Amino acid sequence: MAEKFTVVTNINIAKDVFLMQLYGNTEKITRPGQFVHIELPGFFLRRPISVCDLNGYKMTIVYKVFGDGTQYMSTLPAGTVLDVLPGLGNGFDTEKSGARPLLIGGGVGVPPLYMLAKRLIRDGKRPAALLGFNSADDVFFKEEFERLGLKTVVATADGSMGVKGVVTDALDQFAFDYIFTCGPLPMLKAVYEKTDADGQYSFEERMGCGFGACMGCVCKTQKGYKRICKEGPVLKREEIVW
Amino acid sequence: MVDLSVTLPGMELDNPVIPASGCFGYGREFADLYDINILGSFVFKGTTKEPRFGNPTPRIAETPSGMLNAVGLQNPGIDVVVKQLAYLNRYFRKKVIANISGFSIDEFVYCAEKLNDVEQVGIIEVNISCPNVHGGGIAFGTDAKSAAQVTKAVKAVAKKPVFIKLSPNVTDITEIAKACEDAGADGLSLINTLLGMRIDLKKRKPLLANKTGGLSGPAVFPVAVRMVYQVYEAVKIPIMGMGGVSSAKDVLEMMMAGASAVQIGAAGLKNPYIFKEIIQSLPETAEKYGIKRLKDIIGAGH
Ligand SMILES: Cc1cc2nc3c(=O)[nH]c(=O)nc-3n(C[C@H](O)[C@H](O)[C@H](O)COP(=O)(O)OP(=O)(O)OC[C@H]3O[C@@H](n4cnc5c(N)ncnc54)[C@H](O)[C@@H]3O)c2cc1C
Ligand SMILES: Cc1cc2nc3c(=O)[nH]c(=O)nc-3n(C[C@H](O)[C@H](O)[C@H](O)COP(=O)(O)O)c2cc1C
Ligand code: FES
Repeated sequence: MAEKFTVVTNINIAKDVFLMQLYGNTEKITRPGQFVHIELPGFFLRRPISVCDLNGYKMTIVYKVFGDGTQYMSTLPAGTVLDVLPGLGNGFDTEKSGARPLLIGGGVGVPPLYMLAKRLIRDGKRPAALLGFNSADDVFFKEEFERLGLKTVVATADGSMGVKGVVTDALDQFAFDYIFTCGPLPMLKAVYEKTDADGQYSFEERMGCGFGACMGCVCKTQKGYKRICKEGPVLKREEIVW
Repeated sequence: MVDLSVTLPGMELDNPVIPASGCFGYGREFADLYDINILGSFVFKGTTKEPRFGNPTPRIAETPSGMLNAVGLQNPGIDVVVKQLAYLNRYFRKKVIANISGFSIDEFVYCAEKLNDVEQVGIIEVNISCPNVHGGGIAFGTDAKSAAQVTKAVKAVAKKPVFIKLSPNVTDITEIAKACEDAGADGLSLINTLLGMRIDLKKRKPLLANKTGGLSGPAVFPVAVRMVYQVYEAVKIPIMGMGGVSSAKDVLEMMMAGASAVQIGAAGLKNPYIFKEIIQSLPETAEKYGIKRLKDIIGAGH
């Protein structure tokens, strides 16, 4: 009843980061920035992971080994069947984008920006990408964004690749009229404070259900409270309360 | 054919499966997935007199075979809820169970009165056992005298049958159960969540912003079965049993312990289709154990 997805590939692409392709009914996934909620045998709660790319019935996700659940995920061989709730959350609204949007990702906030970049290009926009990581070992998807034709700048905290520093240290390398961003909370906040362009910010919260039933993931916004799993994870700049 | 129907005061249910309060919202998210009229009924989110935002996040933590929650009764307040209930019959035609909470006896009474005229509400479930709000909720549920006071006050104004929802965080649940029965309760719901905590090893701090949260899910099932069993022996009023139920077999076990109907919470947060799956598999599972009428097995374990 919940959709069954079969693991096609599950490969290590950077330090502790894995790219998994899954085959299954993706029809409920309509927007970049939406997430899937994956049941893992032996774990009570599902794990929320953003959709990174979509190709018909083939879905790509990129995840970092963080705790026991993602560690277990990294061991799953091709052919494993997983129970997935697909197409959760609002996702990014590409119609609101300006002509030259900047996509700012931090760590495993980068993956949803890939599907977003493809949609924006399809819509005739000219996106660019600014990707932040801790160190060169952690970097992934730089080439993928470049292959889509995006000007792509990497910032690393230790300076081992690209600009030394955090993403906001490299903002001056871009001319942009809109921002789409996903990453750790301190990064989102820094981007918000250092820019005044309109934009959409994708947030994380611990989830009970992932589909709006438990009120576990609620945050305050300028427009009342919102469930990160349902009316989020993407909030418009003007909605955010820090 | 197995007869799945059961009876609660003022309600005839097609089957005993009832999503539990706080785990089903007002049903809309589930109605988007399938026709929820297959349910026996459902209990909607705990409602208080005033609107409540609830606790800061993180509000959820995973546990072995279960979860902790510290939502803290987030709800828009009884006046808004009563207005919204007017739209419920667009996607749910049966009677629902209202769940109310409060920080003073007056607040419980206020909410119960407001629900008197809402036709679709069949039963009022009074939550005196929420572990996630401070200075209210559970304070009433852990003391027999206070539990009796709330029961008496709500019964004095309510035009609907009143179930009192009991806390498992007590030494002797039968004492509280008897006090509620003596004070006029029409039935009892049990159990609410068990108080628990997780600590984040990296941060060396409790994982939940509220520090403590309520444990639910399969981890609590045997505790719930035991408490329903004990309360069934102590009182004559009907019981809605809950705590960790996640399969048709669990439903039967809960009924044999003494439950007239069975609520399901956490399992439906993990798998929103579980209510449908359980209702569909109940006849076959019952047959396997030689059950022809579910009503026959209520308290059969005694
Ligand atoms: C909308 C959304 C999209 C996400 N997309 C991605 C992605 O594309 N790639 C990626 O690597 N990570 C992503 N995350 C974070 C990812 O969900 C967590 O890293 C993962 O759940 C950790 O599980 P674990 O078992 O390894 O960790 P544990 O700490 O063992 O998990 C325990 C519990 O806490 C929850 N939890 C822990 N960290 C987080 C977190 N940061 N956010 C939400 N829940 C958490 C788990 O889901 C689980 O229920 C996303 C989170 C959200 C909310
Ligand atoms: C996220 C969540 C929210 C809850 N909110 C309420 C509530 O508002 N009122 C209430 O009486 N019980 C509430 N409960 C308790 C459940 O209704 C139920 O008693 C408990 O979870 C045990 O059942 P389970 O193990 O099937 O979840 C909540 C439980 C969870 C998990
Ligand atoms: S996780 Fe349950 S409402 Fe968002």
